[in-house]
This record gives sequence, structure tokens and C-alpha cells, in this order.
Amino acid sequence: MKINRWIILWGIVFLIFISLMTPVHAQQKTIILATTTSTQDSGLLDLLLPIFEKKTDYFVKTIAVGSGQAMTMGQKGEADVLLVHSPAAEKKFISEGYGMNRRLVMHNDYIIVGPSEDPAKIKGLKSSSESFKKIASAKALFLSRGDNSGTNAKEKDIWKAAGINPEGEKWYQQTGLGMGQTLNVAAEKKGYTLADRGTYLALKKNLGLDILVEGDAILLNIYHVIEVNPAKWPKVNAAGARAFADFMVSKETQEIIKTFGVEKFGSPLFFPDAGKKEEELGK
Amino acid sequence: MVFGYWDLGGVKMDLILEGIKKAFWLLITFDPEVMGITLLSLQVSGTATLVSLLIGISVGTAVALSKFPGRRIVISLINTGMGLPPVVVGLFVTIFLWRNGPLGFFRILYTPTAMIIAQTVIAAPIVMGITLVAIQQLPPKLRLQILALGATRLQMVWILIKEAKLPLLAAVMAGFGGVISEVGASIMVGGNIKGYSRVLTTATVMETSRGNFDIAIALGIILLLMAYFINLILTQIQQRERSR
Repeated sequence: MKINRWIILWGIVFLIFISLMTPVHAQQKTIILATTTSTQDSGLLDLLLPIFEKKTDYFVKTIAVGSGQAMTMGQKGEADVLLVHSPAAEKKFISEGYGMNRRLVMHNDYIIVGPSEDPAKIKGLKSSSESFKKIASAKALFLSRGDNSGTNAKEKDIWKAAGINPEGEKWYQQTGLGMGQTLNVAAEKKGYTLADRGTYLALKKNLGLDILVEGDAILLNIYHVIEVNPAKWPKVNAAGARAFADFMVSKETQEIIKTFGVEKFGSPLFFPDAGKKEEELGK
Repeated sequence: MVFGYWDLGGVKMDLILEGIKKAFWLLITFDPEVMGITLLSLQVSGTATLVSLLIGISVGTAVALSKFPGRRIVISLINTGMGLPPVVVGLFVTIFLWRNGPLGFFRILYTPTAMIIAQTVIAAPIVMGITLVAIQQLPPKLRLQILALGATRLQMVWILIKEAKLPLLAAVMAGFGGVISEVGASIMVGGNIKGYSRVLTTATVMETSRGNFDIAIALGIILLLMAYFINLILTQIQQRERSR
């Protein structure tokens, strides 16, 4: 009896080792894509990447972090291509020589959400900066992501436009978490927050927060694809980055983006924009 | 069957029931993605536990049985290592494995191998620390008795290890438990890549942030079930009476 049990145990160990002999992907065929949690959470990449991988035989490693961290990875040469939505930071990234070929891919929009009771009375306002001013004067609870993500950057832009610095105020709380989790915290604590429409729609069922302000031009959420500059970091897979970026702006991909989400949510999650100028959007 | 909605002091019971239903369904239909994630969890944490066993038991036994200057310091370091924050381990391993970092030429960042390395670093001190006291616990004269009966040093060490079977298997289970439940380092060094480096814990975090609570709960249940069965086997081995 004793021997049998040991044989079984070692047999299992052996099997575990054998099954770990997964095929090793060749270096030239691996692309590290640094993107945002909102893009990954929307499920868009789960749809697009298999198509890309089948077409080109590349293996894409998607690392979903905030736009801030994605660009830092680009600065360190730890990513090959970025898909981000933080325009001011992106422009700095390009001007400092870390990235190249910044191309417009798609956009969606942000919305200000909050409890249905709406203590700051911002429902239906057209201006997001006005809404933020009212939240500040009502000292109503506001949840910020506080993580240098694209969403966080947009939020800070609106505070700036409103002429208010909320740092250090008791009603201004920073979660340091992703969009989904921040929405959950806002729902639990009955606070206001800025969210991208896609993540909000995906969580709407269990959330209990209402859309209070939308449609302001500043609330446009614009995604670009940027290739990391191989001149700064020779180990970057420049060919792979180019292939992925080309794929994102290609006609077929843009068509897929156009209809993504309609079945599940009734409206598309993203609007394809390849080839357009940034100034044209939202008009 | 209809599950009603109960609100038990704020806890949404239907959410948990949805999770249980989902877990059952995913298992019964052998959902390929979930099976893949579960297998990978087992492979990564299993390998990490095995490697940390080898390192942990050998170093722990060696320190327990020998005397050298600075022994107390080494033991305190091992004991501190037992409480190493996994997230900090993940951070340091990431920095080492960066493409442009010291070990970058291995190109193993964002692979299951990197996850195994990080988890081994987390589990090894735990196994070391418990092995250390397990061996120290043995009756002091036992060593001499075994040697007197004609055993070689190696045979003696092996017999001591067998004598300490109870706490040593506890060390294995502590090490395994620590890494099968680990998430911070696994996300950092593995990247949570679909079909490649996604394990039960990292998938649970992702599904939670996507708002798919039923899937997240289901994955959590599957993780608990898997951990239970592994520990069931290990407990059997631990508690089996020695044939005299």
C-alpha cells in the first residue's frame, strides 16, 4: 500500500512537469502591447487579437495597466507598442522621442455618474466643469482613480477647467484602482465619479449609479496607437509593433470596432476614427 | 429551480448563489478556458512548491543540524522571509527580469516561468523556516543513536526527515497554500495574459474589475475546491500511521 501511494504522487509530479513543456514563442514573433485596463475590460482586444495573431503569426502579450504606467513601460523600452488614451501625456511621450507614428484609432466618451439622489444637483448639466464646481461647493463625495490613468488625466483636466484643486479635501477620495473597481466603490459609498461609458455599461446591471452629465466636448475619450521608438531601445520589436499598429487602423479592424458591443449593450462601445484628424471628432 | 433574492443585511445572497451555479456549470461542461486556467494554476504553483521544497528542506535541515557563526542571524532572516510581502517579491523579480534589466536576456518576463520563480521566492522561506524548527524539535540524542546504529550521514539526515514527517508536510501545505492563493506578484511578473499566464487568482481579480461577479465567485470556488483536494492528499500522507 505504501509503495502505491508514492508511485501515484510521483506520477502526478511527473505529469505536471511534462505538461509544462509549453511551446516557447520565438522572440521576434512576440509583441508586448501595453494598454489600458478600460480597453482590456471592454473585451475588444479579446475579439481583435486572435484575428491579428492568426493573420500574422505574432504572439501578443497584452499588459493592461493605466495609460501612465503603459507610457512608462514605453519609456523604459519594456513594451513594443502602446494603445492608450491620455493625449497630453502621449504628446509629451512623442516629443521626448520615446514613441513614433502616433495614430488615431477610435474614441468613446466619458460620463459623470453618481447616486440617483444627486446631492450636488448636477443632473442634465451640459458643462462638466460646471458640474465639478457644484460638486466641490456641495462638498459631495467624489471618487477619483488617482492612478495616472487616461481617465484620471481627463478628470484632472476638468478640475483645472473648473478652476478647483480638490487635493486634500475630505470629500475627494482617491482609490488607486481600475475603472470597474472605482465604480463599485462609488456605488457603495454613493459618491460621484468620472467613468468611460464602456466600463459603466458593462457594470450597469449591478451598480446603482445614474448617468448625470454627458455630451460635453471635453468628455471625448480618444485612443491612439503608438509604436515605441527602436532608436532609443534596440530590443524593441519594431516590426511587430508596426504590424500591430497597421492592423488597428486597417479597414477590416475599424469595421469590427464599429459594431462591437451593439449586440450586448444596444450601442457600440467605441467609434472608429482611423485617418481622421483629432480636431474633427465630436463635431 | 428558482433562487429568490434575499438581502441579508446588505449581503446580496443571489450574487453568491449565481456564483455557485456558475461554478457548477463551468465544471460540469468542462469549459475549456476555465480548465486551462485551473491547470495552469496547478502547474505553476505545483512546480513552485516542489522547487521550494527542494531548496527549503535542504537549507532548513542544514541550518538546523549545523553550528556556525551568525547562525542566529541566518535563522532570523529565514523567519523574516516567511512573512515576505508577495507584492514586493513581484516588484523585485519584475525589475530583475525587465528586458533592459540584469536578467533581461532570458526574456522570461510575462511568462509562466517568471511566475514560478516569483512564487518559489515566496514559498521557499516558508518551507525553510518550518523545516528548521521541525528538525530542531527532534529529540537531541536521536542523531547520535542513528549514527551509533551504523548509518551514514546521508542516511541519518533522511531518517530525521522521515521522523519529522508531521511538521514537514505542514511546511509543504503552508508553502503550497501561500502560492496557490498569491495574486500580486503573479499579475506583475505574469501579465495575466489570456491562455498563457492567466491563473485562477489573476482571472478572479480581472473578472471582478469587469463587474462579472458571478464568474469571479465561480473561479474563487473552483480555486478553493482544487486547494482542498490537494491538501486532502497531502493530509492523508501526513496523518498516515507509521507501520511499526
